[in-house]
Amino acid sequence: MPKIHIPTPLRQYAGKQPAVDVSGATVGEALSGLVSQHPDLRRHLYNDDGKLRAFVNVYLNDEDVRYLQKDATSVKDGDNISIVPSIAGGAVSSR
Amino acid sequence: MPTLTEIAPVTLSNDEILRYSRHLIMPEVGMEGQLKIKAARVLCIGAGGLGSPLALYLGAAGVGTLGIVDFDVVDYTNLQRQIIHTTADVGRPKLDSAAEKIKAMNPFVNIKKFNTHLSSDNALEIFKEFDIICDGTDNFPTRYLVNDACVLTGKPNVYGSIFRFEGQASIFATKDGPCYRCLYPEPPPPGLVPSCAEGGVLGILPGLVGVIQATEAIKLILGSGDPLIGRLLLIDALAMKFRELKLRKNPDCPACGKNPTITKLIDYQEFCGIRGEEAEAEVTASEMQVEDLKKRLDRGDDLYILDVREPHEYQICHIGGHLIPLGDLPNRVNELDTSKEIVAHCRSGVRSAKAVNFLRQSGFKKVHNLAGGILAWADRVDPKMPKY
Repeated sequence: MPKIHIPTPLRQYAGKQPAVDVSGATVGEALSGLVSQHPDLRRHLYNDDGKLRAFVNVYLNDEDVRYLQKDATSVKDGDNISIVPSIAGGAVSSR
Repeated sequence: MPTLTEIAPVTLSNDEILRYSRHLIMPEVGMEGQLKIKAARVLCIGAGGLGSPLALYLGAAGVGTLGIVDFDVVDYTNLQRQIIHTTADVGRPKLDSAAEKIKAMNPFVNIKKFNTHLSSDNALEIFKEFDIICDGTDNFPTRYLVNDACVLTGKPNVYGSIFRFEGQASIFATKDGPCYRCLYPEPPPPGLVPSCAEGGVLGILPGLVGVIQATEAIKLILGSGDPLIGRLLLIDALAMKFRELKLRKNPDCPACGKNPTITKLIDYQEFCGIRGEEAEAEVTASEMQVEDLKKRLDRGDDLYILDVREPHEYQICHIGGHLIPLGDLPNRVNELDTSKEIVAHCRSGVRSAKAVNFLRQSGFKKVHNLAGGILAWADRVDPKMPKY
């Protein structure tokens, strides 16, 4: 099964796991599987139109899926899908 | 391999030759390399977690001109990771503290201090005087500002960022490489990614990432090795695993693509939606001050104190509240009585404000947010309570 690596800021929504095994023949299917298992992840990964949020990148092994076939990129056993959100550390945002 | 600085007519004194002997005896550096380092002008944005090790190692290596931008003051909680500052520096400007330590370690470094908030009004002018920009900042608006200013001035951006025990490092904005916007065209909405104050950070982590940034800066100066251009290094300190992802230059990137639409610096606070979020917060908070809570509790009022912090925080200190961590609240909301008056608190008032919003949306009418959280309680009601 392909494995999805969950970045630290999102682990609290994925049962605190660093990686989740999912089934699916494509990146899109694997991510759907992920948010079905962990519905709290959905709003962090997808906007209201069901599109992947712009500050979240998805990689298949070491390639950004934007430069492959995006959601349609095929995955096989042993593949690693990484979700890479932007992080900036440090300050509390000015509120 | 990009070499950025022409070898200006600098020389090394006998003292410098002795100081840098361990560089000079390596063919990969040698006299030629050390002269390049001395001629180099590197700007460190931030003298905090990432900036501390970064500036120290660049200073030690003999970077000729080291600029530092920081307008913040050393806080006691910084000392867990911002190793350029000491206990005696608490309350002093970070810039002064940092400059003094670097000068003491290596008097040959020419330090340029910028005691200012980096902004769209000054970034381009400041960047012009330097060859390499190292981004050690702590918020999204500045990340985008630094990126855009680097692209516009043609300076490479040695990037590092951290969260809890994970870090990222790369080099953005070289001529043929990607920029930060190629990777992240848009920032996350505020509040979606917690800060170090809210999420915590492993003290050593910025040390690891900051030194990686220093290493990359030196490699760029020397024109040696394989720099992290087009490569995103992902660091997981807990697993001590390093992974690498390929970064590509986006031909449609608004900053560095074929047809850039960003031709000048913009309002980055607005870009990151921070203004919008501030307005929202004002409308919803129904706040109670800690003094009022104390008065009402002493009077015997029937208040339900809801503590939305995490169990490990409750162990540090508490005011006897019922602990339902913010993340669990949606699942445990049925434990609360809608007829009761609820006062929600967390550490500083940020998470409890979210809890109050959630409860109001769930139909609870009598909910207040304890302004300033348990920190305010420790400040103004019970000075014996530890602060964290």
